[in-house]
Parts: sequence; C-alpha cells; structure tokens
Amino acid sequence: MINWANFISQCFNGLVLGALLALISSGLTIIYGTLGVLNLAHGAMFMLGGYAGWVAYTYTGSYLAAVAAGSLFVMIVGVLMERVIIRQFYSRPHEDQLLVTFGLGIVFVEAVRFFFGSLSKVVPPPAGLAGITPIGFMFYPTYRLALLGIVAVALIVLYVVLYRTRIGMIVRAGIEDSSMVDALGIDVYKIFMLVFGIGAMAAGFAGIVNAPVVSIAPDVGEAILVQTFVVVVIGGVGSFPGAVLGGLIAGEIISITSMFNPGYSYVMLFVAMTLVLVLRPYGLLGTAGRE
Amino acid sequence: MFKQRPFIVEALTAIALIAVPFVLPHLGFSPTTINRILVWGLFGLGFDILFGFTGLLSFGQSAFFGTGGMVAAYLLTVVEFPYVLTSLFIGTVVAAVIGYLVGLIALRRTGIYFAMITVAIAEVFYFIEFNPLSDFTGGENGLPGVPTPTLYLGFTTVKFNTDWSMYTFLAFWYFVGIVLALRIMRSPVGAIFSAIRENPLRAAAVGHNIHGYKLTAFVIAAAYAGFAGGLLGVMQGFMPPDAFTFDTSGQLVMQTAIGGAGTLFGPLVGATVWLYLSDFFQTTLHLGATWKLVLGVVFVLLVVFLRRGLVGGLVDLADFLARGGRSKEPAEPDMGPTPGGPGSEVGSSAAPAALNSATAAGSDVILEARGLSKRYGGVVANDNVNFTVRRGELRGVIGPNGAGKSTFFKMLTCEIHPTAGTIMFEGQDITGLEVTEVCQLGLTKSYQVNQLFNRLTVRQNITIAALAQKRGAFRLDLLRSLSKIDGLEKRVSETLALVHLTSRADTPVSDLAYGEKRRLEIGLALATAPSLLLLDEPLAGMSPRERVETVALLKQIANGRTMIVIDHDMDAIFELAETITVLREGSVLVEGTPEEIRANAAVQEAYLGGMHTP
Repeated sequence: MINWANFISQCFNGLVLGALLALISSGLTIIYGTLGVLNLAHGAMFMLGGYAGWVAYTYTGSYLAAVAAGSLFVMIVGVLMERVIIRQFYSRPHEDQLLVTFGLGIVFVEAVRFFFGSLSKVVPPPAGLAGITPIGFMFYPTYRLALLGIVAVALIVLYVVLYRTRIGMIVRAGIEDSSMVDALGIDVYKIFMLVFGIGAMAAGFAGIVNAPVVSIAPDVGEAILVQTFVVVVIGGVGSFPGAVLGGLIAGEIISITSMFNPGYSYVMLFVAMTLVLVLRPYGLLGTAGRE
Repeated sequence: MFKQRPFIVEALTAIALIAVPFVLPHLGFSPTTINRILVWGLFGLGFDILFGFTGLLSFGQSAFFGTGGMVAAYLLTVVEFPYVLTSLFIGTVVAAVIGYLVGLIALRRTGIYFAMITVAIAEVFYFIEFNPLSDFTGGENGLPGVPTPTLYLGFTTVKFNTDWSMYTFLAFWYFVGIVLALRIMRSPVGAIFSAIRENPLRAAAVGHNIHGYKLTAFVIAAAYAGFAGGLLGVMQGFMPPDAFTFDTSGQLVMQTAIGGAGTLFGPLVGATVWLYLSDFFQTTLHLGATWKLVLGVVFVLLVVFLRRGLVGGLVDLADFLARGGRSKEPAEPDMGPTPGGPGSEVGSSAAPAALNSATAAGSDVILEARGLSKRYGGVVANDNVNFTVRRGELRGVIGPNGAGKSTFFKMLTCEIHPTAGTIMFEGQDITGLEVTEVCQLGLTKSYQVNQLFNRLTVRQNITIAALAQKRGAFRLDLLRSLSKIDGLEKRVSETLALVHLTSRADTPVSDLAYGEKRRLEIGLALATAPSLLLLDEPLAGMSPRERVETVALLKQIANGRTMIVIDHDMDAIFELAETITVLREGSVLVEGTPEEIRANAAVQEAYLGGMHTP
C-alpha cells in the first residue's frame, strides 16, 4: 500500500527538483535558442556555482555571500567562455560546437578536482532555514521549502527579464531570428555574450542554492546535464515556458519513481521523453524548425 | 577516396599491425596499452562511420559497448558457454539489435536533438545495468573471470592467454574490422553516408531513403561497439561496469576528434595518443588524476585549431607537400572548352531520359495538377491552380515576386504538401508522397539556391544522384564496390559531359566557380534520369555571359526531356519555352505561347510593364 504522507512528501521533493531543473534548463535553452550553441559544459556550470559558493562560504560564513559569489563567478566564466572560445564557433558546424563545449566541461570538472579534490563539500543552510517544518500532516525540511521559494523567485526574475524588459525583448527576438536582430542595427554579439552570461548564471545559481540539499562534488554536473537534456527535449528547444513545464514534469517523474525504485527513475524519464518524441516531435511547447 | 590502388590501405594496415610488437615497446608502450588501443580503435571504427562519415554525433555509444561486452561476458562466465568467439558474435548481434531499436527513437530528430537523445538513452542503459539487471551484470562489481579465447586447429590448440598472444588475436580482429569498414565506405551505401553528412535535404531529394541509411550507420556503429565491448572483457579477463558510463562515450568522442573524424584511422590514432599520454602522465610524471585535465586542455586546443584532428592534419599536410607548396589550382573559366561544343552531345544526352519515358507510354499528359492550393494560416500562397504538362514539353512558369512560383514547385515535387488539390504524375496520384518517393518515380528539381554535397568532388556528387536511380531508394549492398554497378560509370560520365563538367570531375565542389556550381546543381537532377525535370530559377545570380551559355545548355538538355522552368529572366523564358504559364497572386493568370503572353494585356499590366523599362 502506498504511504500517503511519504507520497506527498515525494511530490514535494519532485516540485523542488523540478523547479531546479526548470531553472537550469531555462539557462541551457535560452543560450541554444539565441546562439544556436548547445552548451555541453552547462552541467559543469552548475558544479562551478556550487564550488564558487562554497569557497565564499568558507571565507565569510555567509549563505548570501555564497549565493552571490556562485552566481557571479559562473556568469563571468560564461561571458569569458563566449568571448574567447564560443565566438569562434558560430560559423562552424554544430558538431564542432558540441565537441568544444564538451571538452571545456571536462576541463572545468578536472580543474575543480585538481584544486579541491574529489571529496564532496557541504554548504549548510542558513541558520534560520535549518531544521524541519511541520506542514499539516507531515514534517518537511525547512530549507527545501525555502529552496522552492528561492528557485521560484529566480524563475520569476528570469521571466521578468525575458518578457518585461527591452533587453529581454531583444533576446527573445534573437531566439526567433538572430540575423534579423543583427540587421536591425543591434549589436547581436553583445546580446550573445549577455545571454551566455545569464544562461550560465542560471546554472551557477542553481548549483549554489542546491548545495545545502545535495553536497557538491566535481562530477555533480553530469547527472544534471543529462536530466536537463531530457527536460529540453520534453519542453521544446528554445522555449522558456517549455523548460519550466518540462522541468516540473521531469522532477515529479524522478521523485515519484524513486519512491518505488530509484533504479527506474531514469527509465521512466526516458519513457516520457520517448512518448513526447513520438507524439510531439518538437517538444510540448516547442516549434518546428529549431534544431 | 582510395580508388586508385584499392588494396594499398589494407596492405599497409597489415604491415603496420605486424610491425607494432617490434616497434612500439621501444617507445614506451606496454603490451596492455597496445591491446587497449586496438579495442578502442575497433570501437572507434564504427563510431567514425556514424560520426565522421554520416555526420551523426552520438554521445551514447557506451550503451552498445557495454551491452555487447556484458552479453558476451555473461555467456562466458555465468552460463559457462565454452565458445569465446560465438559469445562475442552473440554480443555483437544483441548490440546491433539494441542499436536498431535505439536508432528508431534517436533518429526521429537530427543535430543537437540527436546528440541529447543519445546521451539520455545511454544514461538509461547505465542505470538499468546497475540496478534492475545487477543480478546478471554483477552491478558495480562487473563480471570477473572472463576466459581467454582458444583456437583448436585439429593438431594443436592455440591459447591467447599472454599479452602478446592476445595482441595477435586483437590485431586480427582489428584488421577484419578495418577491411570491412573500408569495404562499406567504398560501397554505394558509403557514398550515400557522405551525402547525408554533407546535405541530407539533397540526399533525400535525389531519391535516397536517408532515414534508412542513417539507421544503417547507427546499427553498424552499434555492432562495432558491441564487438569491441566483448573484446574488452576477453582482453582483461573481466567485464568492467564502467563500460556503460558517460565517460566511455565521451572518451570515444574525444579520441575520434583528436585522431580525426572521417578518416577511419582517426580513432586508432586518437586512442594511441590518449592511452599513451594517460600512461605517461600517471606512471612517469606521477600526475595522478591531473592527466585528465591536461588531456581536456589538449582536446579543446585541438578542436579549436586543428579541425580535422591529427590524421586529417597529416593528410592536409601531405596534399600540400604533394602540390609542391602551391595553393589550389585556379578555377577554370566558366563553360570551359567542351569537346565539340554544345549540340554535339545531343545524341548521348538523350539516353538517360529514355529510361523513364518508356514506362507510361499510353498517356500524353505527364503531369496534371488539379485545384492545387496552399495556405499558411491566413496567407494564401497558391489558390486553386490547375496545371497540365504534356510529355516532351518545355514549359515556362513566370510571375512577379510573391506570385507563389516557388511554393507551387515545392508542391509539385512534394517537398511541401498542398492544403487542397491533387497532383497526378504519369497517371499516378502523388499527392502526399514524400520527395524521395517522387524522385524515384522520375520527377525531380534543381534548386534555386544550390544544394550540393560541398566537400565531395563533382564526380562523387553526380554518382550519388545516379545511385538513387540505379539502386532504388534503399538497398543494403554494403559490400558491393561502386565500380560493380551496371551502367553507373556511363551515366555519370554522360551527365558530366552534358553539363560540361568533365574536366572538373575530380575537383571538390567547394573549389568550383559559381557558374560551375549552378551547372552541377542541374547535373544532380539530371543524373537521377528524371522523366520530368523542374528547374527553379536556373539562371539566378548569373552574369549575362553565363546566362547565354546556360540557356544554350538548357536547350540542349531539353532535347528528349520534359521540363518546367521558373525564372525571372523573361527573355530567356520566351526563348526557351513552348508554352508559358503566368502566375499572379497565387493563381494562374494566363497560359499560352510566348507570342500570346507577350501580347496579353493582363500580363503586361501585371508584370511586363514594369520589367521592360530599363
């Protein structure tokens, strides 16, 4: 028999994981949508956010400083990566872009391993958010509840930036047709750099806010990258709402399946992805012609 | 590619494999390292066919490597099946079957989607291996105790139980692998693989079932991976579970890129560099895990600076030296001297066309469109077009910009499907068929914007188009040599002569002048021996001189063929066509002889009035 309290708490876990995946996938998908580059180092960005935050935390002891450091550091890495390397690959085949970002991901992971070792690191939740909170019929870790709120706020901020600002309008126009944006006299390279920075920051931010839940290690990004791919395939490449929807679906699938047998969570995720591919080849909220 | 001396590559490979045990140990390679290189090289052969030749970058090859290895190891250890080779083959077959099923899903999409889906699928295999199937696969312990192969020769039994005897076993299978791979790449299927890499749209448009061929490449790669996985277990006496990890797929991709994709030997060279450096950094320099960081940096630099990897770089260097440091020969002037000039080849040019025209001798009408409409939301591109073309006719289609000419053409060739209406070709309803099927029936078009196979030579381009008509949309003649196909060479040389590209046959397309590319564009369509040829703005972008020459070429091609030509060049259309259809705002305005069209007041108002003022 299903234990209902357990089931609901797993649904909550799914929501938290889903929101996190939604945020990371949004980063991946706006980069791909605008620049046409699939960043295979996106998982490493998630990991870098965690480590940069951890370093800031060990020096300052402040959670907020950790979050700020994690996000900003990864944004800077993203901007540099775009300027120095990715920019040379816009005119090269997709395959070369995949190869170079894949290689960069490995360099990031191994560099972190070199400096910090393979043992995992812990960033504790801020004092006020430690412990557990009773919600009605069950107890739930306070920080996870807070995390849901934090990630939701981040998603809303991203939404506002994308849909309610001038810059966001240009970025969305760039997702539709970046050469047209260029033709309108907007420096599309500046936009590319910005988008890469924001997209990377979304992953970095997710990496540090998730650190109190799952301890960080050099290869935490790998699993995240694979889940992000599934999210993007389900939601539709280049679609922000698709990433959010796909993230929530993937989060629930992983959590609920894990309740019965964690070994099958990927299988179920894969079944969902296959179903979407068969029924709606361009993703739930995607449009044809973007690949 | 290796056409001139067909077996030289095989012979050199055999010599190199024999020389290795005498040379490489002196360079610091241990026998175990050399054996691992061969396993990875064999694994990479299949992957190179998939990625380097067909252009499909999979990050999920670990699934097949692991599956093949686990199946073979399971048979040999748990089941205690005594035959090593049979187990290896069973593992290969299972991996190929799994590859087929995975391919069905992953190949629904291309490009980055394909890469993402393969990653996800491989991850599923990893989890299945570790959890649900851990009773069979040993979970994280893997399967120890895989026996070494033995060969019973009647009078004696050869045991491959030492490092160097294992080397002979692996080297033999690597040799078999490379011979097979070379054979496949020299077959018609290999040529079509390259066509898919270069331009999948055109490969489909000249009549190849590209989905089938992609799936073929995927299954071949899975089979090689499965066999190599089995060899890994046999070589180590232990089947490690990490064969299934994403790292395995990643390492294969990186080794192939380091060595050079699309060279077959690239993965072997890449594996040599990779495993040698890994040994060197760890045992000589005592860098520990840092070696991966160094390799990662090396890899990124290679991808940035040496696009075709080490083997590709060497080939380029050799080409450069062979030319004595000269740059590529300058492009010949357009329409270079052709033997006899236009007109003399009419006799031979009629031959390809004759093939299909015999099929529906009864009817005089070759193409008939009824009530053809295409709407995009509220925009009407074509509205209720009726259009009939008789056999042997040369029809011109004109109309102002936005008249719906290109949409109309795309519907006729089934690149897009009409919202309403039917298309009959040779008495058969082709509405709703795919572009590949329609081309196989004998209807194809040359594109307004060149759709060529850019990195291939002119001859290879034409060969690929001719193959579709010679072998049908899909055929698995993986081991047949291109030169063994009846009439292929004749068709190719006739087509080359027809479009005046005989002297440029072995030039890569990227080195052609614009006018030559336009002629090759038409040549690709001609090589499929169409009974009805559509030409979408054949004169687009040409200089006045090129126009005159191309009009002459079109006249010559028209001999014995049925053609429909769209162009903006009114003078050319008036000169070429017997009947002209004028489209305006998506509908047929008028149809008639050039004289009637010239005299028609509605046409003058809609179109010519503006055009004739210089």
